Amino acid sequence: MTTLPQTPSPEQGTPLTQEVISAEIAQARQAYVKAVEGGAPRRDHPDRAYPPYRSSVLRYPRQPLVDVRDPEAVELSGPVFGVTDVTDVDWDLTRQHHGEPLGERIHVTGRVLDRDGRPVRGQLVEIWQANASGRYAHQRDQHPAPLDPNFTGFGRCLTDDEGRYSFTTIKPGPYPWRNHVNAWRPAHIHFSLFGTAFTQRLVTQMYFPGDPLFPYDPIMQSVTDDAARERLVAYYDHDLSTPEWSLGYRWDIILSGPSATWIEESR
Amino acid sequence: MTQQPTASQTVGPFYGYALPFAGGGDIAPAGHPGTVTVHGRVFDGAGRPVPDAMLEFWQPAADGSRAGAPGSLRRDQVTGAVIGRHGLDFTGFGRVSTDADGHYAIRTLPPGGAPYISVCVFARGLLHHLFTRVYLPELTDPAAEPLLSALPAHRRATLIAVPEREKVYGFDIRLQHDGAHEETVFLAFD
Ligand SMILES: [Fe+2]
Repeated sequence: MTTLPQTPSPEQGTPLTQEVISAEIAQARQAYVKAVEGGAPRRDHPDRAYPPYRSSVLRYPRQPLVDVRDPEAVELSGPVFGVTDVTDVDWDLTRQHHGEPLGERIHVTGRVLDRDGRPVRGQLVEIWQANASGRYAHQRDQHPAPLDPNFTGFGRCLTDDEGRYSFTTIKPGPYPWRNHVNAWRPAHIHFSLFGTAFTQRLVTQMYFPGDPLFPYDPIMQSVTDDAARERLVAYYDHDLSTPEWSLGYRWDIILSGPSATWIEESR
Repeated sequence: MTQQPTASQTVGPFYGYALPFAGGGDIAPAGHPGTVTVHGRVFDGAGRPVPDAMLEFWQPAADGSRAGAPGSLRRDQVTGAVIGRHGLDFTGFGRVSTDADGHYAIRTLPPGGAPYISVCVFARGLLHHLFTRVYLPELTDPAAEPLLSALPAHRRATLIAVPEREKVYGFDIRLQHDGAHEETVFLAFD
């Protein structure tokens, strides 16, 4: 981590190219593969220190995390949400304004499960995303793509008894960002999830199958385990598509982290 | 059956119009005489404030209940606006963004049955959230807390809030050692 190249700035006048970032992505992946071959455990989550994503460089702790093995830990319980926290239209991002948003209408659904495969019931799922042109309804998003007056790009729902969530939205566009020159994020939907314990909290991103931008994106590639990275990609499910209306994608989400019930059962 | 977990990804820079909500830091019922304020700033490894972090808080109620209650994001069914907790149940959950100066504040009741408030940190640049804890000094006997007693004093100090005046505590979060200030202790639960 000590040999990092400097984050580029216009003042420095040394453009950081995709070639450089791609080489770093390949290097990090090879280092991970080698470590696993050498007996290191597989890693489902990204390493917080991931130099190709330049914004991570000053924002990860250098000290190891301190293990908490306390069956009385408050974090083994967690916040709950209910019908007062959502409204009937929150799950449909295409109906939050007077008109219809532009773009490809899609239905996204799946189940939220804990690591033992049990459904997470009645919990809050939040999503946010760019519009079809790749622009967020956020004043700091300077991408010169059109805003859509009929699309905010934010939804909430509660999971059902089988842990299922469901949203209708439009397919977000890819968008440029300034990690390096010609950096583009593959199309994605941001997800925020709660389990039965605070330890299971998860914020992540869902991607769309076949996106040609995957190999270039340091955020997605920060998941250096190939199988774990592939699990971030939803799959197209023709049975979820509605004739004359919308295309369907399915994406299940597994929350890591122990819960009070898990500790109980493992005793 | 053991399932393969879904990987974390950064919250990114644009969560601000989606996740934070009005009154997110007002965990205590309005006007409750026992309300304490916990506030501070989030800093990066260059010692600069982090203006795009989001903090979540989870804690037991004053009576020690860890059941929580719905209604942190209670909504107006007509306009969809967040109208705040109704003040009768203690939801135990708070969510706040840092401001342009990296500052945050919550108003809550001291937890019952545990001397700390749990914190989950999200930020642009942070690929996987971080957990830490705010220990309230009046509730905390470091020798009796296994987590605290196992830490060297300079590390332990990053977890204990600093009394500033009556019912106001300071608690800064340092994501990375900046050459001068101790990095906050972050926790793992697996
Ligand atoms: Fe995004």
